[in-house]
Amino acid sequence: MDLIAHGLCEAGRLIASGDALVFAAAGRSLAISVAAVLVAGALAVPLGVFLADKAFPGRALLVLTLRGGMGMPTVLVGLLGFALFSRRGPLGGLDLLYTPEAVAICETLLAFPIVVSWTHAAVSGLDPRYAETSRTLGARSLRRRWTLAKEVRLSLVLALLTAFARCFSELGIAMMVGGNIKHRTRTLATATALETSRGEFARGLAMSLILLVIALLVALVAAALTRVREREAR
Amino acid sequence: MKIHWPKGAVPGRVVVVCGVLCLVLTMACGAADPKGRAVLRLATTTSTRDSGLLEVLVPLFEDQEHCRVDVVAVGTGAALRLGEGGDAEAVLVHAEAAELQFMDSGFGVRREPVMYNRFVLLGPPDDPAHVARLRAASALRRIAEGRFRFVSRGDDSGTHKREQYFWEQVGGRPRWPDYVESGRGMGATLIMADELDAYVLSDEGTWRRMAERLSLREIVVEGEEMRNPYSVMVVAPDRTGRDRRLADLFADFLISEKAQRLIQDFTVGGRHLFHPLRLKR
Repeated sequence: MDLIAHGLCEAGRLIASGDALVFAAAGRSLAISVAAVLVAGALAVPLGVFLADKAFPGRALLVLTLRGGMGMPTVLVGLLGFALFSRRGPLGGLDLLYTPEAVAICETLLAFPIVVSWTHAAVSGLDPRYAETSRTLGARSLRRRWTLAKEVRLSLVLALLTAFARCFSELGIAMMVGGNIKHRTRTLATATALETSRGEFARGLAMSLILLVIALLVALVAAALTRVREREAR
Repeated sequence: MKIHWPKGAVPGRVVVVCGVLCLVLTMACGAADPKGRAVLRLATTTSTRDSGLLEVLVPLFEDQEHCRVDVVAVGTGAALRLGEGGDAEAVLVHAEAAELQFMDSGFGVRREPVMYNRFVLLGPPDDPAHVARLRAASALRRIAEGRFRFVSRGDDSGTHKREQYFWEQVGGRPRWPDYVESGRGMGATLIMADELDAYVLSDEGTWRRMAERLSLREIVVEGEEMRNPYSVMVVAPDRTGRDRRLADLFADFLISEKAQRLIQDFTVGGRHLFHPLRLKR
């Protein structure tokens, strides 16, 4: 219990004193995960709607595979990323290993199946009359799918938030591909791991508390945004 | 929203069985050994575990004293913290200054130097800074002056502490952009140095184990200051709330002739890694 109290105090102190390293790590974590989620979202939402709207052979299998992909271990993605970006790997020439960009690319992979699966599930759950109505109204498939996506926007926000939460708190990729380099690729999660291995348990706890607070703030902002949207829609 | 639990959804019997199961599991996972053996919690550094030395020594001790040893391998800093908090009865680490402080603070009641291995300065095969014939501290200075790449553990580990000691020897570490702090274990740091074509200070054990996969080579190995001594410490009973008997026996064991011979004969890839400090000649 002592440790938890200590951690809380330390978290307060770190925030109040504006600890440069912690704030830089937090900013880095945030930038990387937001970039990953935006890229993943731009690709995954259209695919999710498409998968729900259009029947084709092998669709069920694809959906199932993507759902399975939601449980992808971050260490596995990290290892794959390392194999790709390593000097001896196929993309070694890009010199991306141990950069925030490489972490963001791998986290996009992590976020992608989550957003696809959630979008697909949300659109599939819609009353089939939506699609039919817009079809009879003569809406072309692109336009129809846009309508469908708009119909489930709340679920989409939740899908993006879930993906963000996964990316923001993940450790495996940031360690393997980012390398936890001070001033360059250290994120809140890897900083927490470092403090823990150092035996600075209170500091480690403080960092994860800060991580939790930021995740909460992001959820709040998303909630506020969707609320405004809902009101406007009415 | 209110949640309505349907009546009879979870029969009382199930609850009781689950409760008993939880209790049994907790007991099984707790400090007590299912075979009734006494348990020694040993906090140590990853280097002793990763080299495989503990897998030779620990089973022997377990058989000899009919006990079980739970090894927690973490960084030196964390290992000392575990001892300080009373979450381990014995600590086996390599950081002399920190060990002495640990004893002075009353966290430890006995300290026995056991063995040493060596640090090695590794670097790119072509040694761009031309430091191969220097001693470690001067080599580091020249690497800094030439602004060559260097990967540091940056985690307060025994190896990081030694690096900091070398920097102190040459009047402090200059700042340059290619000095990179990995904040990770030795293995991950070696991989990083390999990827970045950088210089790096390593313990010999981890280096030997990984040498085959890396393109780094040994640059500086000589010198008394590259010695890396390990000590075992018995944690004060008022910290752990447990008997110190087993921890004392473990310390006795590590400095016994039998264990010291095993340490001397232990090899990885045909090389001796640890050198006993208590072997009578």
